[in-house]
Amino acid sequence: MKASIGGYTRAETVSHALSLLAEANGAGRLLAGGQSLIAALNLGTTSGDMLIDIAGIGALRGARIDGNRLIIGALTRHADIASDPLIAEHAPLLAKAAPLVAHDAIRNRGTIGGSLAYADPAAEYPACAIALDATIILEGPNGTRQVAAQDFFLGLFETARADDEILAAIAVPMAADGERHVIREAARRSGDYALAGLAVVRRDGRHRIGAFALGDRPLLCEGAMAALDGGDIDGAVAALATDVDPTSDTQASAAYRRHLAGVLLRRIAIDLGVG
Amino acid sequence: MTDSFQSRIDLEMTINGEAVELTVPAGRHLIDVLRHDLGLTGSHVGCEHGVCGACTILVDDSTVRGCLTLAAQLQGCEVWTIEGLTEKGVIADLQKAFVERNALQCGYCTPGMLASAKALVEAEGVPSRETIREHMSGNYCRCTGYEAIVDAIETVARQRADETGARSRAGETVAKARAGARS
Amino acid sequence: MTIRFDDPNRPNSYIGRTVPRPNAGRLVAGRGRYVDDITLPRMVHVAFVRSPHAHARIGAIETGEAETLKGVLRVFTGRDLAEVCTPWEGKLLHLEGMKTPPQHPLALDRACWVGEPVVAVVGRTRADAEAGAALVEVEFEPLPVVTDIRTALDPDTPVLHEALGDNLCFRKANEKGEVDRIFAEAHKVVEASFKTARHTGVTLEPRVILVDWNAGDGEMTAHVSNQAPHMLQLLLAGHLDIPESRVRVVCGDVGGSFGVKVHVYPDEVATAAIAKIMERPVKFTSDRMEAFIGDIHARDHEATGRIALDESGKILGFDVDDWTGIGPYSIYPRTSAVEGLQVTNLIGGPYVFDHYRCRTSVVFQNKGICAQYRAVGHPVAVAITEGLVDKAAAEMGIDPIELRRRNLIADDAYPLTTAAGLKLEGLSHHRSLDALVEAMDYEALRAEQKALREKGIHRGIGIASFIELTNPSPFMYGIGGARISAQDGCTVRMDPDGSVVALTGITEQGQGTEAIMAQIVAEAVGVSPQMVRIVTGDTRVTPFGGGTWASRGAGIGGEAALQAGRAVRGQALEVAASMLQAKAGDLDIRDGIVVDAATGEERMALSEVGRVVYFRGDTLPKGLPRELMQTRHFITSNYPYAFTNGVQASYVEVDVETGFVKLLKHWCVEDCGRIINPLLVDEQIRGGIVQGIGAALFEEICYDGEGQILNGTMADYLVPMSGEMPDMIIRHVETPTEESELGAKGAGEAGTAGAPAAVMNAINDAIRPLGGSVTHMPFTPERILRALGTITD
Repeated sequence: MKASIGGYTRAETVSHALSLLAEANGAGRLLAGGQSLIAALNLGTTSGDMLIDIAGIGALRGARIDGNRLIIGALTRHADIASDPLIAEHAPLLAKAAPLVAHDAIRNRGTIGGSLAYADPAAEYPACAIALDATIILEGPNGTRQVAAQDFFLGLFETARADDEILAAIAVPMAADGERHVIREAARRSGDYALAGLAVVRRDGRHRIGAFALGDRPLLCEGAMAALDGGDIDGAVAALATDVDPTSDTQASAAYRRHLAGVLLRRIAIDLGVG
Repeated sequence: MTDSFQSRIDLEMTINGEAVELTVPAGRHLIDVLRHDLGLTGSHVGCEHGVCGACTILVDDSTVRGCLTLAAQLQGCEVWTIEGLTEKGVIADLQKAFVERNALQCGYCTPGMLASAKALVEAEGVPSRETIREHMSGNYCRCTGYEAIVDAIETVARQRADETGARSRAGETVAKARAGARS
Repeated sequence: MTIRFDDPNRPNSYIGRTVPRPNAGRLVAGRGRYVDDITLPRMVHVAFVRSPHAHARIGAIETGEAETLKGVLRVFTGRDLAEVCTPWEGKLLHLEGMKTPPQHPLALDRACWVGEPVVAVVGRTRADAEAGAALVEVEFEPLPVVTDIRTALDPDTPVLHEALGDNLCFRKANEKGEVDRIFAEAHKVVEASFKTARHTGVTLEPRVILVDWNAGDGEMTAHVSNQAPHMLQLLLAGHLDIPESRVRVVCGDVGGSFGVKVHVYPDEVATAAIAKIMERPVKFTSDRMEAFIGDIHARDHEATGRIALDESGKILGFDVDDWTGIGPYSIYPRTSAVEGLQVTNLIGGPYVFDHYRCRTSVVFQNKGICAQYRAVGHPVAVAITEGLVDKAAAEMGIDPIELRRRNLIADDAYPLTTAAGLKLEGLSHHRSLDALVEAMDYEALRAEQKALREKGIHRGIGIASFIELTNPSPFMYGIGGARISAQDGCTVRMDPDGSVVALTGITEQGQGTEAIMAQIVAEAVGVSPQMVRIVTGDTRVTPFGGGTWASRGAGIGGEAALQAGRAVRGQALEVAASMLQAKAGDLDIRDGIVVDAATGEERMALSEVGRVVYFRGDTLPKGLPRELMQTRHFITSNYPYAFTNGVQASYVEVDVETGFVKLLKHWCVEDCGRIINPLLVDEQIRGGIVQGIGAALFEEICYDGEGQILNGTMADYLVPMSGEMPDMIIRHVETPTEESELGAKGAGEAGTAGAPAAVMNAINDAIRPLGGSVTHMPFTPERILRALGTITD
């Protein structure tokens, strides 16, 4: 189908975008890379949106160090996440996740902010954000708001971002020496959304596990994390089965996804040399 | 509609090296503007949801999906389609290899395939077959079974590497990352 | 004179060589001309309101809001179009007892599947038409739906079309010998159930038609992405009340077809009807979501099968009960019974046995219409046959290659008629199997498999022998009253410069029709292929023919081209002989030069013959025939079909923890008779194999119990992509058909026919030691783990 939209405009700055959002009076939709939004328009799952193209806001692009955090602008594209040396050094999980997103042409346009804000439960970045204990930085009419990633994702395509806010950046604690980041997923074909995936960070001997495609949102798998901290792989796999809450669709049943999560965790444990 | 939002957009772009000015409906896909407003029918529409890759073209030297891009987003951008790439001769070796290896049958996927392949053969070195398969995995072909396409790209990558004497591996980052992370 | 095909050094030896495709150069340059690329003056676009219900009565249709939308020009309902277009019924007279109700371009009283077109909205642009369609309000009263195949005939299942009495479209049993006795007494009987999922073709170019009605000429021109232009010409003429001579169908570049584009579609006929009403060009370009609900579907078979063997592993018989659901209507004009019918013909096809029973039951349901799609029936029959053969081999402890060797029809046994009633002219199962075993180094592969298994790596080898139906005669459709031509024709013309133009009724969708026709005509006339231009796909100029489907292009169209080219050669030589005061029989044409046949001495360029014939005919003797243009038509007559054969092998690795299958390699040895262009045949086979792999591992249209499609996008219906596909080794055996001088059979179905069974057998070979087996396609990771008992809930 053709995209049916209500109107289009470009925002020059974050504050400009915020005023445009206000002007659109609830119908405003932020357009960054558009790789999910335009697909949704073409599928007819959304229409009549007032598009606010924020792609030209330079301040929202690229990664920088701020104290002990790496700040990655919302408009940083997947291709840049995969190749930026700063990200590879300080947030290797994201650098490892980026190549798993779709295909070349999508990675050249799609942005990390778009992915986080869209909150597809099968997407890689939201789970990475949780595993990294990252912070989502929102800009709104009342200023900046910082939300812990695990509090940001509320449900299926639902986040803590208010309609009048812009997801401006993600702040990631910089990886310490010896910190390990692993992401594994199982997808039917290269570039497909995963049937199940786990993003794992081991920091100071403690593990954080973000699960994707295993629930209506990215999930922090606290049961499995605790068991893994204790070196109990079997226990971690058993706990993971209750940590996650997958649904069934035409690709796979919930039972299969749950099983797959356990297999991925065992393989990650081997990657990490646990147990 | 409020004052700030427009239903039609004035654009200036460079398309295949030529400056173009046009006014388009704000929601019109880049691929439709190219094909139907500018007569550049070499790029095709296969799914309109960003999956098949038939509409893959180059914007500012990167591959993009023409169906997941609104023309309105491309003010000031430089766009290259199969027509311009052909005229410029920059993929002549790829095109020749595709013909010789019969790496196309119906030809509908081919312009998108070539756009995707261009980035790979322009990187230094000779990618492995797995890397080629991985890199091309966003471009659907129902006719060939892909092997001939992989062969043609491999041939050109090798030819180009021989010409430059380069030895490093192109595109391996993504392929390796995927190999390591997949199940 | 006959062509010495066994001599590769013969003059003009283009048949059998890899030559590049003449149309490939423009396709890689983006200079193809697909229908959606065409813009005509005053052209408008149509979009359809499609039924969101699987079965519903259509009440009031409110079009007012759509009609007033800026950019919308007209809105048409089923009643509007029924006034200018008669309905159709997809029946063939020779398919006894077949039933199907009349179908209209837009549904009238009832919508019978999700996606059936109900209202057409015409707009200045496609976006305008879509916006208008979104504003049309149709009152639907949902009706009970039929979705399940096996219960479709149960007494408590609602009857979809009351007038037909029940939900049975067609049933046929093919039986020979004493099946019940043999199975009761046999040393070994092996049983299994099989499912082939519902597929669709997913041509990368969706269906598209652009129809212009020129009232001044009283002529309709349809530019359409289609495989059979002459068939469509007659059908559009018939249903829209236009003389056949006043309908021109033009098929330019076609972006893939695979059988999807050989049928009559309501949205396409509606577009033609609207063009006639509005007297201006109307374009319909299906989008991908429409393609999933509007294109034909296929397969969707469920079968139970048995094989009986004696102590020595000799096959005694097959007994198969096949069921298929075909949606609410039988497809027009080919019918939706043929896939089931093919299954009843093809089961056990490669083997010697005496006792046979296969019944197919074709039932109606509220899903998309199923019809002929690449390798019609073959993948189903081959999966059942080869699945049973492999299971028998495993249970009897016989190597699967050895069991096949004991049972494949001997290469010197032809001609023969099989227990299923197929007349086979000449096949090469044993030579093909030998070539396969050598190509894959079977013993080494088995050794590797064994060694890896000890390390916990589960690899499997799967074999699938098959036969493939090609070159159909009128026994397929014509005998049933369908105006689908089994013959084909070619006109070859020599122009003044000695170049040649060939017009053929065969069409091009990427297979390489233009290339092989150029090769054949070049060899027949005696010029290089570069001197030959091919014209296809225009009913106004090409000889009346059937088009390209059922692997008939090379075998039937190719022979017509050969004979037409030979006739032009004869004419040119007759003129040259007169000019040279020589005997035509002493001359030959080689690479565009008339030469002395015995010595090869150059006597005269063809361009000189052309100059004299076309500009100085006065210098030739009065009465000398000078038509450097000849037409020949060809039809097979000795056999209803030219069967080909082949064997495939798949090598896979199964991750038994995740159920994921990695395709390591694939082999195919096939015998399509005379090979005209080795490269093109190889790539046909490869493309076909990957389509078959799609069936084995990925492709399945899912519906819920209410007849709602659940995965109608390319993100959800998984087709094979490059990342997961294996490299494929292709080999050939050549057993030319004696029906024609060319000796070519078809090669389009072989890959798709055998690949699903080969992959299935490979997976089962890998997981059998763990106690599992899979027979319900596609073999998703989950289905494999369920077969292994890893997942039970």
